Amino acid sequence: MSVPYAKLPAWVDYGLIPLINLIVAFLVAGLVVLAVGESPLRAASLLIEGAFGYGEGIGFTLYYATNFIFTGLAVAVAFHCGLFNIGGEGQAYVAGLGVALPCLWLDQFAPWYIVFPAAILGAAMVGGFWAMIPGWLQAKRGSHVVITTIMFNFIASSLMVYVLVDVLKPAGSMAPQTRAFAEGGQLPRLDWLLASVGLDIGGAPFNMSFLLALVAAFVVWVVIWRTKLGYEIRTMGHSPTAAAYAGIRQSRIIVITMIMSGALAGMMALNPIMGDQHRMQLDFVAGAGFVGIAVALMGRSHPVGIIPAAILFGMLYQGGAEISFEMPQISRDMITIIQGLVILFAGALENMFRPAITAFFATLGGAGSDKPLPAAE
Amino acid sequence: MEYFDTLIVILQSTVRVSVPLILAALAGLYSERAGIFDIGLEGKMLAAAFAGGAAAAVTGSALTGLGAAVLVSVCLALVHGFASITQRGNQIVSGVAINFIALGATVILGQAWFRQGGRTPQLSGDARFTTVELPFAAEIADIPVLGSIYSDLLSGHFLLTYLAFMMIPFTWWVLYRTRFGLRLRAVGENPGAVDTAGISVTWMRYRAVICCGILCGIAGAYLSMAMTAGFVKGMTAGKGFIALAALIFAKWKPVNVMFACLLFGFLDAMSIRMQGNELPIIGVVPVQFMQALPYLLTVILLAGFIGKAIPPRAGGVPYVKER
Repeated sequence: MSVPYAKLPAWVDYGLIPLINLIVAFLVAGLVVLAVGESPLRAASLLIEGAFGYGEGIGFTLYYATNFIFTGLAVAVAFHCGLFNIGGEGQAYVAGLGVALPCLWLDQFAPWYIVFPAAILGAAMVGGFWAMIPGWLQAKRGSHVVITTIMFNFIASSLMVYVLVDVLKPAGSMAPQTRAFAEGGQLPRLDWLLASVGLDIGGAPFNMSFLLALVAAFVVWVVIWRTKLGYEIRTMGHSPTAAAYAGIRQSRIIVITMIMSGALAGMMALNPIMGDQHRMQLDFVAGAGFVGIAVALMGRSHPVGIIPAAILFGMLYQGGAEISFEMPQISRDMITIIQGLVILFAGALENMFRPAITAFFATLGGAGSDKPLPAAE
Repeated sequence: MEYFDTLIVILQSTVRVSVPLILAALAGLYSERAGIFDIGLEGKMLAAAFAGGAAAAVTGSALTGLGAAVLVSVCLALVHGFASITQRGNQIVSGVAINFIALGATVILGQAWFRQGGRTPQLSGDARFTTVELPFAAEIADIPVLGSIYSDLLSGHFLLTYLAFMMIPFTWWVLYRTRFGLRLRAVGENPGAVDTAGISVTWMRYRAVICCGILCGIAGAYLSMAMTAGFVKGMTAGKGFIALAALIFAKWKPVNVMFACLLFGFLDAMSIRMQGNELPIIGVVPVQFMQALPYLLTVILLAGFIGKAIPPRAGGVPYVKER
């Protein structure tokens, strides 16, 4: 990949430019709020109040953020290898089976700390498997992973409707969902964590899987930046030809990366199934897989960026629900717009403001960095 | 005779559900043959369906609705073009963004303007497209087999339906028999050569993206103003992605696009029809399997197990002029 832009100081590259892109995305979203006839400033204050103003709100914000950390990491890991995994939604959905089946088998006679590891393993394996097929098809058969993962999202959705309606639904029940799990299939809430800073989470389903998400973020950082495998993945992402020249086995790296990505997306299923609903329902993923794309782009594919980006989207989800009470015009769908705008400005148009910023720093004569900036070619 | 009537009914609904697929897949064809991947077909179609439904409901004219649908779709196509041609951004990312913006904006604006839970008001009279009868359809309806094929299957569709089917030979002609088509294909295979010939790659690609917008706009208008009488939240329901699958399944060729869309439309019509019915020999097939079949077939084709689908060579790669 040739980078036709002059080098900027790291804080501009990783801080200022994403921030400007984000601000523009929110400004455009503000225009939509204005078009609907509401005040963007009031909407923003309601949003922040609803997401961070009280204990239960914070609990919900972090609950949603847990989903997005997993799916954001999934997209990010694939990005590092130059792959675009749009299939997080489907991988998480199918991985619901990896969570629900151990719960249904073990919940009667095992405590949660036995069921949880089994469910983690199940989710990672099923999610990883669902992503491995597109990875393998790209590596060995040359079909593009973007198209295959989109198709796999739809296949996953049909498969899960079939499984929930025709297989897992208890006899005599109308709702397409599994039976409710007993105690063993329910993750403990993290009320003590927020209670330690004096907050009461009330009914918010903020649970153990948040800690797992943080662990996953750390593991991703270690694997991508501190291991040979991670180095190979990043080399592939930067230049597949250089990777081939260096003797890196490309198909192996593609398949492994996709398995990792799918496993991360799959672990998202733990949060709503074991942490909140205590049963598997239709459409429990509810778009979290797609939010992961926005989160990964905003977080620049680095765990340190992904966690705040996930919390920001958690805030939008929770605060957005609060806004819709006060402003019936602005429903949850507003978040879909914001998500799209963030993807547009932080992703597809990420370099739109770069020439202007580069010119600005050039006029400063390199004041922002320790050595003078080379001029753009 | 009973089987034959059932077949005619199924084929008729096949034609009905294939039309938006054909229009959207042809839209994708213009864009992708010029080297701009577009997974935003779904979003453009949805936004167009909303714009068409809304404009027709307000003005009471179906043609105004169609115009609004095409206009909105072209605007979104230009956003995609700006991101992927001028800004050299990632085309997949841009397409995903457009899908989300359309999905959210149609509901928010629909709720704000019409307050019907994201729907637009029911269209009636001139605000909706009407079906047309082919000449003599009533007179020869009684002739066995041929009569019902002519008057039930071929006649009685919307003008847009006939337009969609005419777009296939037209697209073939444009692509393979005009200078524009030659350049469009060249820009998707080897933009450097086109640039050397003194033709602007940027302008060529923008024109391709505009063609894509126009066709997606018509597809959206068909959904909300012909197939149904008004816009409903999320009414494209994955049709944009089925069209994308059909386009790949057709190996980016216009005539194949028609067959692929008819096949996927047929599967859709069958899955609605078969709900709970047994098939001879095979027994009960889960509806979900029929719904997943287009996607499965596309995956299998893409993997090269039945033929090989090779995308345009410069697809997805932003063009950087030599410095």
